[in-house]
Amino acid sequence: MEDSTLTDALVFAGRSFGSRLLLGTGKFGRPEQLSGAVEESASEIVTVAVRRVNLEDPEDPTLSALDPERALILPNTSGARDGEEAVRIATVAAAIVGHKWVKLEVTPDPDYLLPDPIGTLEAARILVERGFIVLPYMNADPVLARHLEAAGCAAVMPLAAPIGTNNGLKTIDQIRIIIEQASVPVVVDAGLGAPSHAAAAMELGADAVLVNTAIATAGDPPAMARAFARAVRAGREAHLAGLAGASHRASASSPLTGFLGEREA
Amino acid sequence: MNPDLPALGDEGSWEQFREMVYGASRRDVLRAIASDSLELPQLAALLSPAASGELEAMAQRASRVTLRRFGRVVVLYTPLYISNECANPCTYCGFAARRGTPRRTLTAEEIQQESSQLLDEGFGHVLLLTGEQPKLAPVSYIRDAVASCHGRFSSVGVEIYPLDEAGYAQLVGAGCDALTLYQETYHQPTYAAVHPGGPKADFHGRLAAPARAAAAGMRSVGIGALLGLADWRVEGMFLGQHGRGLKHRYWQSRLSIGFPRLRDEPGAGLALQSLSQRDLVQMITAMRIFFPDADLVLSTREDAAFRDGIVGLGITRMSAGSRTSPGGYSLEGSGDQFPVTDDRSPAQISEMIAGKGFEPVWKDWDREFLA
Repeated sequence: MEDSTLTDALVFAGRSFGSRLLLGTGKFGRPEQLSGAVEESASEIVTVAVRRVNLEDPEDPTLSALDPERALILPNTSGARDGEEAVRIATVAAAIVGHKWVKLEVTPDPDYLLPDPIGTLEAARILVERGFIVLPYMNADPVLARHLEAAGCAAVMPLAAPIGTNNGLKTIDQIRIIIEQASVPVVVDAGLGAPSHAAAAMELGADAVLVNTAIATAGDPPAMARAFARAVRAGREAHLAGLAGASHRASASSPLTGFLGEREA
Repeated sequence: MNPDLPALGDEGSWEQFREMVYGASRRDVLRAIASDSLELPQLAALLSPAASGELEAMAQRASRVTLRRFGRVVVLYTPLYISNECANPCTYCGFAARRGTPRRTLTAEEIQQESSQLLDEGFGHVLLLTGEQPKLAPVSYIRDAVASCHGRFSSVGVEIYPLDEAGYAQLVGAGCDALTLYQETYHQPTYAAVHPGGPKADFHGRLAAPARAAAAGMRSVGIGALLGLADWRVEGMFLGQHGRGLKHRYWQSRLSIGFPRLRDEPGAGLALQSLSQRDLVQMITAMRIFFPDADLVLSTREDAAFRDGIVGLGITRMSAGSRTSPGGYSLEGSGDQFPVTDDRSPAQISEMIAGKGFEPVWKDWDREFLA
């Protein structure tokens, strides 16, 4: 049987990726759990926090668990309080990793890490102008998604729920609108706590999901990564197959318009 | 926050908090452990004698919260004492003015030398400490020390005497991202008794300092009580009140809480109302449940077995290989502030953390944020 995922690549800024599951690398207790999760997730994009890793040190425990040949190492600006800091961090990271892809995070509230829409948009404009490929973490705000897309971002990454909560698709109504309106890939980021949540996001039509906490803090992170990968694929396939609309009762054909008969047809 | 509660530093608040803590029932405790929105009455229940029988349930919840918010990681940091000159006569402290402690203030070259040793050990987070003697270790001296470390470490914090907002702004400008300033005790009569003179006798001036630092842009603000000076359960209420107030007003700064504990041991200082390790676990887990996102910090005052056991229960930052005298790492140290109980090397602490399935993290900040 043909594997539809092979012909159904995720494309950011002209570059194709075979997996629609992006993996965050924080919160893992052991490097072998991280490398096992990367392996089992088959992710081709893994995010690393510039604040956490020592990008210049090849022996950094996080970096040494990753293989840049197999997955794009996507620096994120986690910890940036405003757009200016995020631009600075992105610039420093790009000089070290040798590419200009960045996951833009502007999170002035250090507790819930909710993204600042104003700082994010300001930083996105500057970074795009300077040739970066910007994937911005954002609240599930359809209007902001429009602005970020207009600013030249390569994707939009709305949150499903506050980061680390594992609460699932709490922002489903807004994400539905963002998916409907976006012409760049929509990556549902943050808050997905179970493979079923990821599948639901993909069924809805999200182009990809990003997962970290739910995998890193699971009892067996590599096994959970595998479960997420399968759920993402199942959700994607269901979306492509066209979900039958749900209904609670059987419907007669044309119960209300049957009186029109064929005359006007 | 409950508007009926006293303002921070009010004379009557100690008694009011004490009544809340000692009035809590087991039922209150169970409800607080299960609650999703905790206010000070729920914190009182978690700190109460009634909660001491529910310690395992508190530990379970604290562990879950920590795992979800922080993951399986413990950040390591190291103290670097740059001066032990001090004008205060604090009764519990090894640096107190009247003690015959040998005094030393490190030169810029000596700070570089000590830093090099700590960098070689792998530390990315350094905490610079002084006593309180602005004539010999003025703000400009501390600022220069911060600036020299900012270029070398990924995070530079200070634990120094209280400054005004402009003083803190100078430190932030030089690359300081974290302040630690313990009130020592929130019980004003005890505070007056153990701080009989010197600038530190100003209870309210010290109390307002963490807010001044946050106002000056300090990214992380650490508070704490020197546990053992007064009733730790009531101190915990003040930490809850103080921390909530800081988070409310200065929402962009991260809160951190330390748990220095005085014990009745020779050289350990004067513990007036000592608390057991069990009590300390209750305090730490109560704080974790009340502040899911705060950094909870444990120093080498505690012994190895306790520090090993507490990993995963709420503590997210630990010091390692600490020396508590200026020059203690690479020079001839002089005059310790307090005795280190866990004297294992940073490598051994790192191995212990990894052995428990947690990642020892040496870097969780980047100097470029404050470039």
